[in-house]
Amino acid sequence: MILVISTCKYKLHELEFVKPIEDILKENNKKYITKNYTQLNKNDLEKADKIIICGTSLQDFGYLNHLDNFYWLNKITKPVLGVCSGMQLIGLTHQGVNKKKTEIGFYKEKFNKNFLNIKENTKLEVYHLHNNYIDFSKLNDFDTCSKSSSVAQAVKHKNKPLFGVLFHPEVRNKEIILSFIR
Amino acid sequence: MKLGLLFSGGKDSTYAGFLAQKYGHNIVCLISLESKNLESYMFHTPSVSQTVNQSNMMDIPIITQKTSGKKESELKDLKKAIKQAKEKYKIEGIVTGAVASVYQTTRIQKICNELKLECFNPLWQKNQFEILEELIKNKFEVVLTGVFAYPLNEKWIGRKIDSSFILDMKKLNEKYKINPAGEGGEFETLVINCPLFKRQLKIVGKRTWSDDNGKSWRTEVILK
Repeated sequence: MILVISTCKYKLHELEFVKPIEDILKENNKKYITKNYTQLNKNDLEKADKIIICGTSLQDFGYLNHLDNFYWLNKITKPVLGVCSGMQLIGLTHQGVNKKKTEIGFYKEKFNKNFLNIKENTKLEVYHLHNNYIDFSKLNDFDTCSKSSSVAQAVKHKNKPLFGVLFHPEVRNKEIILSFIR
Repeated sequence: MKLGLLFSGGKDSTYAGFLAQKYGHNIVCLISLESKNLESYMFHTPSVSQTVNQSNMMDIPIITQKTSGKKESELKDLKKAIKQAKEKYKIEGIVTGAVASVYQTTRIQKICNELKLECFNPLWQKNQFEILEELIKNKFEVVLTGVFAYPLNEKWIGRKIDSSFILDMKKLNEKYKINPAGEGGEFETLVINCPLFKRQLKIVGKRTWSDDNGKSWRTEVILK
């Protein structure tokens, strides 16, 4: 079973940031349960085989004030994919530093290392929607697989199946989510 | 939360407003752009003048902003209208009916972000047949006011979105790749009744024409 975690403050935003990911799981006959991070409990994490942490809106920063709900990310050995705010939470719970950078719309990102199904040297058009990013440069446990300017766009943990993307793969790069859930 | 609905009078923006209300938000104003450019990438144009009648049916005030519909000036006009809604109605966010157009949504997201407003897109990435089915389930009465792709012709103008429409769209989608929700600009719609309205709007007059020898058709309706 896949645990889908919403980081949205407003339920209406879940139609935009969570439902598209649920639809991908449904189309691929994957069982899932969705929980908002404010309602997450130990049992949910124990029952999950894999976890996807979804993104939220540009003006929603609520999740940044609730890091206590996410410190399990330090210890978990199950596969986790963090999307946008989900990636930021992976970084913050591993001592990453939050920085400001607004990127909205389509951008071309180059992958310098293999990342899930994406091969090294691939260029992908991705959809960005963020005001923040995490500086992963000093986090030695992580490989930065895609980076533009100083911004890490895709990271993976060196020893654990922890993956993060700053862009929204549910919009134009569904194959990344499919690769993670297979 | 007090929200402004970016409103064209068509099915997507109206349904997005309905969802916002259903999720406990308060639509305090409609924001409508009246574009002189019938080919605008940003704004739906057929029968947009009828948005005033629709706003009366919803008892929600409307801000109507005229725009030339040229690429960058229409964004300035959109920002001006949203800013006016923020000042006059104290909105904290915008709701849009964006489904798949990254071109439109990127521009609206940027404007909202600059104005520190939330931007809600409750239909974003939603399956188009699912939207049509939910419209019927939620008692939306929607008619086609423009068709812009073969083999859609003048016979489709005025047609209601119902279960037979969905069946026909499924066939056209398979054969001609027509987007069933008109997201690729294949058709435009007008809502004449929905749960947000006090009563049904009646079409009391209409003028239908083609600008390009029958390749596309538009209609201007008069509602009462």
